[in-house]
Amino acid sequence: MKTDIILSGVGGQGILSIAAVIGIAAIDSGLHVKQAEVHGMSQRGGAVQSHLRISDKPINSDLIPEGMCDIILSVEPMESLRYIPFLSKEGWLITNSKPFINIDNYPELEEVHAAVKAIKNSVLIDADGIAAEVGTRKVSNIIMLGAASGFLGIEFSALENSISVIFGKKGEALVTLNLQALAAGQNEAKNQLNS
Amino acid sequence: MNKLVLLGDEAIAQAAMDAGISGVYAYPGTPSTEITEYIQKSKLAAERKIHSDWSANEKTAMEAALGMSYAGKKVLVCMKHVGLNVAADAFINSAITGVNGGLVVLSADDPSMHSSQNEQDSRFYGKFAMVPVLEPSNQQECYDMTYKAFELSEQYKLPVMIRITTRLAHSRAGVEQDTVLEENSLRIPEDSSQFILLPAYARKRYKGLLSQQSKLEDDAASLGFNKSIPGTDHSKGIIACGIAYNYYMEIATQHNLNYPVLKISHYPVNSLTVQKLVDSTDELLVLEEGAPLLEELMAGMLKGNYSINGRLNGTLPRDGELNPVIVSEALGIPVEDRLSVPGIVAARPPALCNGCGHIDVYSALGEALKEYSPGRVFSDIGCYTLGALPPYNAINSCVDMGASITMAKGASDAGLKPSVAVIGDSTFTHSGMTGLLDAIIEKTPITVVISDNSTTGMTGGQASHATGRIHQICIGLGLEEEHLVEINPMRKYHEENTKLIARELAYNGVSVILAQRECIQTAIKRKKT
Ligand SMILES: Cc1ncc(C[n+]2csc(CCOP(=O)(O)OP(=O)(O)O)c2C)c(N)n1
Ligand code: SF4
Repeated sequence: MKTDIILSGVGGQGILSIAAVIGIAAIDSGLHVKQAEVHGMSQRGGAVQSHLRISDKPINSDLIPEGMCDIILSVEPMESLRYIPFLSKEGWLITNSKPFINIDNYPELEEVHAAVKAIKNSVLIDADGIAAEVGTRKVSNIIMLGAASGFLGIEFSALENSISVIFGKKGEALVTLNLQALAAGQNEAKNQLNS
Repeated sequence: MNKLVLLGDEAIAQAAMDAGISGVYAYPGTPSTEITEYIQKSKLAAERKIHSDWSANEKTAMEAALGMSYAGKKVLVCMKHVGLNVAADAFINSAITGVNGGLVVLSADDPSMHSSQNEQDSRFYGKFAMVPVLEPSNQQECYDMTYKAFELSEQYKLPVMIRITTRLAHSRAGVEQDTVLEENSLRIPEDSSQFILLPAYARKRYKGLLSQQSKLEDDAASLGFNKSIPGTDHSKGIIACGIAYNYYMEIATQHNLNYPVLKISHYPVNSLTVQKLVDSTDELLVLEEGAPLLEELMAGMLKGNYSINGRLNGTLPRDGELNPVIVSEALGIPVEDRLSVPGIVAARPPALCNGCGHIDVYSALGEALKEYSPGRVFSDIGCYTLGALPPYNAINSCVDMGASITMAKGASDAGLKPSVAVIGDSTFTHSGMTGLLDAIIEKTPITVVISDNSTTGMTGGQASHATGRIHQICIGLGLEEEHLVEINPMRKYHEENTKLIARELAYNGVSVILAQRECIQTAIKRKKT
């Protein structure tokens, strides 16, 4: 098995926490993991991405080759489109529908959503809306992880364990909140794909 | 043994601690910063009281590390590639003095300039200094090679360089740890002249270094970090250095390629190492992350019409980092059609944070400069360099740390008056103070704006040596007290600040405008802890 994932968003939106949860879940499942992050200059409100590779065999390149990515998982809709040359023909684009607007020339949101829907396999999730229902917008990144959980090739329970490990240091309440977010994201994606 | 999931940087830090270092010396710089930060947070380092405070700049770091080595202890020194330019005097000479305790110099290169002014390749410095260079290709090798580097350094009595690049520094994977070794005990060198580079001694030491070279080459060929991987298809031979090896293996696995490969991770490389591959293949592809160091070397070694393909003959791009697609195309395997980025996707460049004090500095300075012709603001390296971009368009230069003050001085000497420098606090104590001293001694008419946010912002908010000291430093350097003007860079003081700056622009001597307001990211972090 092999899953190549590009995580994308804007500096400060929490894509590295998503990567950490998947990474620990994959290692605990006995899989190999490589995860290339972006630090430094571009974190300052710029576009950020992370290449996350999971496989049952040793992984060579830290970077995913273009055209080979199985999932683009994005916490921002325009950012999801920036990396589609990496997406494989059968790959999935799963993105938050809520834009993060910190530039003057941000395109019309309808056009962004239309471009997402034009991808063969795509899912648009109102992660901020669902996160607000769960209790706080801060968990919208974990909502997105939940929405992608069925595509990762990792057991859902491994993701849950990983959340307990990572957020456990900061208290039980935060663990519960993030577990709820994970489940809510999973449900939303299931509902969309079944309808 | 349990596996840690570590960045390449963190694997290096862990290995250095496990190898028994007593200190790390560094100045922050992407992509090397996380090495020192990892040691600063480590329990083992706290238990052992391993030195890990930041240094003022890379030169002071390199020299302090040499001092720790003199005293017999193992020590790591880390910097980004351009930091090695600053440390170069100490680094090159440390190869002549040699070491006592193991000394490992880590230089992190940034091909494609993700966060840098250039993409210089540190392996050239290693070659220049004539010391061994190790270039890991993955996180486990980051660990293993760093661990081994201390042993090699003590065996050769030379500093050993480790060269990594951004992708490896900032990519995570599982890493297995080795046994944790003891620190060395204090012991000064047996030969007391070793560290005295008087010409008479230095000549002797240099001959010693030269005579070690063939041993270094032999060991690079035999210690196992350079690997020959046989193949059945002899139409091409592959030389892959450091992380480039991963890209080749990615493509080779995908397309069942079977060329013989020489994986290079240990320098100096001599002709014997490559000769077997050359003799058994029709042509060569050299894959190097960075500059064509080996490729040039090979062109010199090999005679006849055997062709060497790489960055020099256009098989690979001459600049920028490699990736699987570039390597695939160099192997003659075209990449399938890909989806393209929709035209509506707009660029999202990094920007100054909303409410950053640098913005208020630039707006007051910009207004004060309105009555003069444009092109007078020499700036420097830090978050405030983003003032080069719209909507600010506030600066005219950014070259290397400290160059703002000295370039403003040179331009002023040439007749450009007023001439302005804009520099951050950490950059000021890194390399700005000496330039200011030049200007003060000559009374050169320049206005130096120190935008002091009490942190090293660009690299993520490390402590700044300048915090709370700039006033005293300027006075100590001889600045006239009445031309040290302190302002609070906030919108509500805009007019007052503009007037003060305008007054100093008109002064025919050295002025310093000290604009002090804490970086908002650092303030948020400080309040959280
Ligand atoms: C020789 C050298 N060392 C390190 C760096 C990396 N670097 C770039 S900017 C910077 C910090 C600047 O801090 P400061 O001057 O306080 O400005 P701020 O970013 O806080 O605004 C560092 C460490 C570099 N570019 N060159
Ligand atoms: S990190 Fe600090 S110094 Fe840098 S732009 Fe943001 S507020 Fe300004």
